[in-house]
Amino acid sequence: MNAPEKPRSRTRFDTIGKPRRRVDGRAKAIGELRFADDLVLPRMLHAKLLRSPHPHAAIESIDVAHAQAHPGVHLVLTGAEFPVPYGIMPVSQDEYPLARERVRFVGDPVAAVIAIDEQTATEALEKISVQYRPLATVASPEEALASPEPRIHDYGEQGNIHRNQAYEFGDVEEALAKSEHVFEDLFFYEGNTHLAMEQQAALASIEGDGKLLLATSTQNPHYLHRQLARVLQMPAARIRVIATPNGGAFGGKCDPGNHEFVVTKAALVLGRPVKICLTREEVFYQHRGRHPVLMKFRTGVTRDGRLTAMHLQTLLDGGAYGSHGPASTFYTGVLTPVTYELPRFKFEACRVFTNKPACGPKRGHGTPQPRFGQEVQLDKIAERLDLDPAEMRLAMVTKPDSLTASWLRVGSTGLAECIRKVVDMSGWKAKHRKLPAGRGVGIACSAYMCGAGVSIYWNKMPHSAVQLLLDRSGQVTVYCGATELGQGSDDVLASLIAEALGIDPGNIRCVTGDTGITPIDLGSYSSRVTIMMGNAALQAAGRVREQLSAAAAEQLNTLPERVTFSRDRVFAAEDPAKSMSFIEAVALAEAKFGTLSAVGSYSPPKAPGRYKGAGVGPSPAYSFTACVVETEVDPHTGWVTVPKIWIAHDIGRALNPVLARGQVIGGVYMGLGEALMEEQVFRRLPPKLSGALVHRNPSLLDYKSLTSLDMPEVDVALIEDPDPNCPYGAKEVGQGPLLPVMPALANAVYDAVGVRIDEVPVTPDKILRALEKKSKGETPRVGPESFPAVPYPQPTFVLPPWEGGDGNETRRHDSTAVV
Amino acid sequence: MTLRVNGEEQEVLFHSYKTLLEVLREELNLTGTKHGCELGECGACAVLVDGEPVLSCLELAVQCAGRDIQTVEGLARGTELHPLQAAFADCGGSQCGYCTSGMLMTAKALLDKEPAPSRERIKEAISGNLCRCTGYQQIWESIEEAARRMREARP
Repeated sequence: MNAPEKPRSRTRFDTIGKPRRRVDGRAKAIGELRFADDLVLPRMLHAKLLRSPHPHAAIESIDVAHAQAHPGVHLVLTGAEFPVPYGIMPVSQDEYPLARERVRFVGDPVAAVIAIDEQTATEALEKISVQYRPLATVASPEEALASPEPRIHDYGEQGNIHRNQAYEFGDVEEALAKSEHVFEDLFFYEGNTHLAMEQQAALASIEGDGKLLLATSTQNPHYLHRQLARVLQMPAARIRVIATPNGGAFGGKCDPGNHEFVVTKAALVLGRPVKICLTREEVFYQHRGRHPVLMKFRTGVTRDGRLTAMHLQTLLDGGAYGSHGPASTFYTGVLTPVTYELPRFKFEACRVFTNKPACGPKRGHGTPQPRFGQEVQLDKIAERLDLDPAEMRLAMVTKPDSLTASWLRVGSTGLAECIRKVVDMSGWKAKHRKLPAGRGVGIACSAYMCGAGVSIYWNKMPHSAVQLLLDRSGQVTVYCGATELGQGSDDVLASLIAEALGIDPGNIRCVTGDTGITPIDLGSYSSRVTIMMGNAALQAAGRVREQLSAAAAEQLNTLPERVTFSRDRVFAAEDPAKSMSFIEAVALAEAKFGTLSAVGSYSPPKAPGRYKGAGVGPSPAYSFTACVVETEVDPHTGWVTVPKIWIAHDIGRALNPVLARGQVIGGVYMGLGEALMEEQVFRRLPPKLSGALVHRNPSLLDYKSLTSLDMPEVDVALIEDPDPNCPYGAKEVGQGPLLPVMPALANAVYDAVGVRIDEVPVTPDKILRALEKKSKGETPRVGPESFPAVPYPQPTFVLPPWEGGDGNETRRHDSTAVV
Repeated sequence: MTLRVNGEEQEVLFHSYKTLLEVLREELNLTGTKHGCELGECGACAVLVDGEPVLSCLELAVQCAGRDIQTVEGLARGTELHPLQAAFADCGGSQCGYCTSGMLMTAKALLDKEPAPSRERIKEAISGNLCRCTGYQQIWESIEEAARRMREARP
């Protein structure tokens, strides 16, 4: 047998690490790539949704007769046609494609019209008559805690609390009491949305063999496939979901959407293709974006700035539905201990329902909020202790192959190198606390996971699978359920197969994101694709290599393990003159073994934590990032200008540096937008206009984001320390680089003008308010002033690894016995 | 009526209230031109009308009679990419690709007038085109690279 390739030990590559045009680059540049709304089928009809004008109301009756009679209308659907609820997580099946008895936010879909064109469907929507009985609304987490009735949902912990979680790793109060300093700070992170350029679109049709086909802009065709089978009550084998190339997603296309159930149901009823494209306003209602989170940090430190313990409390505004909420709630805490050594950690988190569009996963899922608080608090600690914030961080980064107090395994880490690099690139030492008034620099770090360690639904099957098919023409086709969002997953897939087989990535055909054809990959979320799809791809490629090597070795008169693959040729390692083309090797192998195909699959390693809840946070590897932001703050207007950002990202290995750099800069861009201006906010209409709670800015004009003129130059360093769990050592890059930008910006504003903005976004009005406080001699800070009483449960108590724990829950008094 | 799109005269029948974007995408099947808002806020639908960038979602198609309309489909010469297209593909100017057509057409209008624009000019020229993936930097670099290649190709 051919010895398996040891990817980490490889140092010379044909494809990996070389700047290259991505495999789908040409199609994008010529406008040939077909997004969902570009698809057209004969006899296609169009769907439009009627949405609730009330934030919270009971539906007393719906009369669709006039709409049904409108010329050009083929079908009107209401909640009556959809008895089965859905939800991305098994524990939050709380949505219906069309509301049945209750609407829960302005924009909740209640009916759908399917007509010959969008114009006709829109006209007919106005002929649907819905009688609503308005209910009391819940606008904020504080209101949700104070108003257990009316309940927005009849499930959850209690009242309007959706999820309530508490974990304690070692006795935190004891450690805080013994700490030389304890810092207590409150932070607030406002919600914001993904704002992908492509609005969600979907086209449902019945294929010639009678099966249902849905082509849709989704990140997770596999999860959607399961949900369609459930809601439509038909066998999954009779449903095919094609994830069309997404025009950006950022987490916003993870959840199944109401519109996807509506068009599939309509296609099944009518036997004709039915398409829908959400308007930009509707995309703001579909949302599933960043949760607004209120945070309280109590952090103990030694006088030289080493962490002793942290007690973190979070309160999430979940909006009207569960979405990924249980996971989002975990993620406001679980990755906190990954960056720095933290001997003890307590984490309490609560997600409430409110009458607003549902929040969910956005790039960084739940982690940017506590990262913001943690990294701004570290800046305050460094200042109080008269330490350099970069040096302080450097002194306490987590060590490679270590465990956190919460039993996460940190594998490789390049964080120290990232910090040194950004300090060096930015000229930090000459700038921090040294720039003239009005100018400043700030530093922050982060860590992110390379794929969630467990699936969204419990199962023991692989997380990703890849199939390779080769034939005598030399054609290599690779099949995988992973989905191209723009992040470059097809290019990752092609480059890994190309490297393993020594061929040109441009010659590989990628077939991805199609549940009717491709083996299952769980989806493009949690930065899992490069690692999980990549490892599955390398296993498949290794198996094909064995066959090719065995066949070629005979001809080359060498041993199979001496056969090497490079530049479309197959060689004997000891004598490169003995060689054949890759196509010849494929033909020999096909003759010897029959049709050439192989599958590969991947499941993440088992996590060391064994307590209930230990499944959220573990990952095959973690990426690390450090970032320095420079600011200029105008003290008269509060306006913040960012001339430059330096960022170093521990990527393990950059498979295609062009794409890796693009992901880093794109993450910085999105983070800077969140830091400075992006916010999804709501207001109450005056009582005479119903008093409804409505979205303040559901348009691209009102929802502020950075333009080309607002975006600074970004200097990127890719730190490459290959991780043994990752394909050729490559870790994630899609989400991690966003995380340190917001706190680095807030810290830079403090360095510039000496005011603390403990909220995101950091807007000019907040800076002016803080400057005014400063001039009056008050605490120069704008941020939350109080944290409400949250009925957190008794924490699950787990001893950290260094206190004799075994990863299981234990009774608290055991800790004193063991210590 | 007759529309001249990418140098070809096209007979097309449509309601007078249809925008140029709708006619291009739905009547002429030129789906390379995208939509992100239908309100003139995002620039994804930018095409060239008589060489000037125009937001096709705000332009009535009837207003374009007798004018020269260029879309992304008309940029390449046969299978040979326009230098802007090649540079976007090579330099990371396109991630998801949804804003790319509008970016390319806006950049073409710039380079047609200014063969060697400064980065500041580039930033200004595309400031009406939103991109959520790239952070713009690799778009600036792509346009600079294309300008360089175009200058080199000229004797």
